[in-house]
Amino acid sequence: MLGVVGGRVYDPRNGSDGEIRDIWMKDGRVVSPEEVDRDRAEIVDAGDLVVMPGGVDIHSHIVGAKVNAGRKFRPEDHRGSERVRTGDFRSGSGHTVPSTHLTGYLYAEMGYTTVMEAATAPLVARHTHEELADVPIIDKGAFITMGNNHFLMSCIRDGRPDLARDYVAWLLKVSKGYAVKIVNPGGVENWKWGRNVGALDDEVIGFGVTPRQILDTLARVSDELGLPHAPHIHGINLGRSNSARTSIETMAGLDGLRAHFCHLQFLSYGKGKGSVHTSEAAAVAEAVNAHPNLTVDVGQLVFGSATTMTSDGPLQHNLHRTTGAKWINDDVEGETGGGIVPVFYKRTNPINAVMWLTGMELFLLIDDPWKVFLTTDHPNAGCFTSYPHVIKLLMDADYRAEVFAGIHARAREGSVLRDLKREYSLYEIAVITRAGPARALGLDRKGHLGVGADADIAIYQDMDDKAEMFARPRYVYKGGTLVARDGVVVADPPGRTFSVAPPYDPEVEKHVRKHFETTYTVSFENYAMSSQQLPHEEVIACG
Amino acid sequence: MGESLTLITGRTREQGIGMHKGKTSPDYRRATERAEMNADDMARLKIEEGGTVRLRTAGGEVELPAEKGTLPPGLVFVPLGAPANLLVEAETLGTGMPSFKGVDVTVEPV
Amino acid sequence: MSTTVEHVACTFCGCVCDDIVVELEGSRIAGVRRACSVGRGMIDEYDAKLRRPLVRGREVDWEEAVEAAVTILDRADSPLIYGLSSSAVEAQRKAVELADRIGAIVDTTSSVCHGPTGLAMQAVGEVTCTLGEVRDRADLVVFWGCNPSASHPRHFGRFSLTAKGTHTPNGREDRTVYVVDVRPTGSSKQADHFLQVDVGTDFEVLTALRSLVKGNRLRSESIGGIPMPRLSDLAERMKACRYGVVFMGMGLTMSRGRHQNVGELFTLVAELNEHARFAVIPMRGHGNVAGADQVLTWSSGYPFAVSFARGYPQYGPGEFTAVDVLARGEADAALVVASDPVAHFPRRAAEHLERIPTIVLDPARSLTAGIAQVVFPTASYGIDASGTAYRMDNVPIPLRALLVSGRPTDEEILDRIIEAVK
Repeated sequence: MLGVVGGRVYDPRNGSDGEIRDIWMKDGRVVSPEEVDRDRAEIVDAGDLVVMPGGVDIHSHIVGAKVNAGRKFRPEDHRGSERVRTGDFRSGSGHTVPSTHLTGYLYAEMGYTTVMEAATAPLVARHTHEELADVPIIDKGAFITMGNNHFLMSCIRDGRPDLARDYVAWLLKVSKGYAVKIVNPGGVENWKWGRNVGALDDEVIGFGVTPRQILDTLARVSDELGLPHAPHIHGINLGRSNSARTSIETMAGLDGLRAHFCHLQFLSYGKGKGSVHTSEAAAVAEAVNAHPNLTVDVGQLVFGSATTMTSDGPLQHNLHRTTGAKWINDDVEGETGGGIVPVFYKRTNPINAVMWLTGMELFLLIDDPWKVFLTTDHPNAGCFTSYPHVIKLLMDADYRAEVFAGIHARAREGSVLRDLKREYSLYEIAVITRAGPARALGLDRKGHLGVGADADIAIYQDMDDKAEMFARPRYVYKGGTLVARDGVVVADPPGRTFSVAPPYDPEVEKHVRKHFETTYTVSFENYAMSSQQLPHEEVIACG
Repeated sequence: MGESLTLITGRTREQGIGMHKGKTSPDYRRATERAEMNADDMARLKIEEGGTVRLRTAGGEVELPAEKGTLPPGLVFVPLGAPANLLVEAETLGTGMPSFKGVDVTVEPV
Repeated sequence: MSTTVEHVACTFCGCVCDDIVVELEGSRIAGVRRACSVGRGMIDEYDAKLRRPLVRGREVDWEEAVEAAVTILDRADSPLIYGLSSSAVEAQRKAVELADRIGAIVDTTSSVCHGPTGLAMQAVGEVTCTLGEVRDRADLVVFWGCNPSASHPRHFGRFSLTAKGTHTPNGREDRTVYVVDVRPTGSSKQADHFLQVDVGTDFEVLTALRSLVKGNRLRSESIGGIPMPRLSDLAERMKACRYGVVFMGMGLTMSRGRHQNVGELFTLVAELNEHARFAVIPMRGHGNVAGADQVLTWSSGYPFAVSFARGYPQYGPGEFTAVDVLARGEADAALVVASDPVAHFPRRAAEHLERIPTIVLDPARSLTAGIAQVVFPTASYGIDASGTAYRMDNVPIPLRALLVSGRPTDEEILDRIIEAVK
């Protein structure tokens, strides 16, 4: 039993905007005061402190095949970013791609307690879950890539939406996934032919379907299955000068269906001079504001070192050609692909500078904080450890102006950012880093401090420098256990893995078995994880 | 005495199969205690099929039965195993990997 | 009573074929179907008899053996943990945890296999694909410095030569196949084109190919023993194919140039993607050596050659690789999991293992077990223990226990050691 008393509580879901409240916890949950024997409860004096639910990251690449390939091929990333083993805490290394235990510690030390791994090919989902078991403290889940899946595209081609629905349900179950992820629909399959897609109605080679059909099918299926999280979309044309136009068109095409658009910063550009795009964040934000069915996360660029990694294979080939940096590509049979390229973002590079301000503009121009969430698409646009810095940029217009003044002049030219004086409040920060993403994920016990919520709490000393404030919370509780104090991890209980198991007609397995004979080199029986229990697994209800 | 050739070591199917019977089994020893050479090299060095050759490298020296293999002139092949280990130097040139292939070897009949 | 178990995975080599059929009579393996000649023995020659651990050759109970192992590790200042590639992910995780806890050096058989491939990947990246993409798409396949017919016997049939796929419906007829090697092999006999390179010239040949692919004309009549027209022909085919794949092996990593050879090949493959789709797959040897890379990387950041001596992971090929650490006499104790360095290391390195106290966890009576002070006869993953192995293309495959032997797993023994050193 534990009471956090006298703190300024920012709990947007329960309408608390800095009011002084006491939070009581028992058996890992928030409970009503009556359930607690105050004489026996441990009391944390939170007077003058800021109390928030534990942070919720809706999109971060922290484990699995791509992340580990990124770790393996970047020893230069790890040197100087080591963690020494102390007691039972493991050692680790890595700046943009930290090792598994270190990832859990770093998130917890920042006050984050829930993180969603953003992309897993079902063929290697087992790998993702093995790594997740080695990420302590935080709760997590995995999004399953489906936007270039052969069986799914065959269902669409053959006019079998029912089969597509059952297949998606089956696939989520056997991969222990949490949501449908779509990356460059059709474009990754075309990349296996050396091509890409450039428009929503382009054809996917060999299947005769279009990106539009794939998006539409997966959005409808997600709704029909009642998945807790909407389809998580990385659309086509990412990084291109027509990406803003494409994003707006994609949003309109969803016909009111629920969807989450991830790292939208990378998909909000227009045509500029030469190779330097312009920010079209204003137009994209307007589209987001106009569609009540949508949520987005920004993928804010942070100047410094990053490791880009995505299932968007052709994008990464192009980045490798542009920068000359080393390049990993991995085509995955029947399902997807991917690529990894290290980058270093510079204020003095006009392209990087435009990317930076595009993200800022999205944050400031999307009206409803419940629709826009803080991410850096870790480690693509920056590290998750930069979130406190991004919070400072949002809360402190003077600081933002200072950074803006230092970026390449070509990027500043004509940017609307100079006129955006909006500053996020602590309440709004609690929305974009906690309550909002938890709601979009359909995680009812996350992102708030009402009765029944998980006892995940981050307690901060209020400071003028918000980067400093959010980098080192005074106390972090996970499931009622103190896991970090003054920004240092003090306990590492295992976290849970959230999955979904929507029902499906078992008849689909017959079709999938047949499909396995022609598409996969592993047996059907060795692909599914359905008979296996993950350590600390929790199935979240659909519907 | 003898002639300087180039040694390569490597897996063979027989060595792989013999391994499961134990590395002290006759099958494994038969599979690994042999040297393959080019027929012309053998003739020039007056080495008979099945005759013993002495192989000497910076790492060490072994005597093995020689047999004709499908090898280009100048190459000697010894399967992965105890004799090969005696011939391969432990120097890895900063990589962790010794030179298991492309080792200077002096070959002479015994 | 006889039972048939299907979809069994064989962990002998990096193909991890998971379509093996095993006939059981009671708890005895009575038959193995579909396995190749090399993999079959691993399953049907397996002796699942429960054996007691040994301390200095004497049979003891498990408790005493764990204590002896802990004493050795406690007394060591520079212990080496080595092997791991024929064990399962579950045990690999424990081995790295132990290394972290006691400040050991941990290295895997990667260092004498595809360690140089890892170095090349760190330098230039790696354009790769899963084996199903090869089967379905590859119309040009090159085997460079590898001999699957001896080392990975079912590779040709399942993935790369005769395998039929969606875009290769006629299998062998739909593919052009090259073998590049220093000598004719069982594999080169099955190729359409065999390029016999001079020993130690792979780097030059690869550089020449890169140049030809870029459209340069080379004046030499031949490079590395290959006549220029044949090299030009290969370069043209590489550019003109639909989906090309190179499989590479020890011919590149163990010979002069090592990681530079591999780096040159990886660069060539990356550059070929200007013209066609192209990928490269290292022919990983041991059944779960790819898993060892994965686990060590996700735990420490580095794939092999990791020292925890300072309390945090340090990476040092040439410094913390097993052959070097042993040959220089730096290790003062060793714990070897599921591998046999005494059988496979250069003599000078292997000898040091006989001088220092060595602990072995192995289902088989390896030569290293023969010289070890403490021997744990553990279960074999995929036969009498379950776990996960990663195929050469990093696809994870579940291993199931076919029979119950009562033998402890590597994971269980390592866990007991960890608990005791805490």
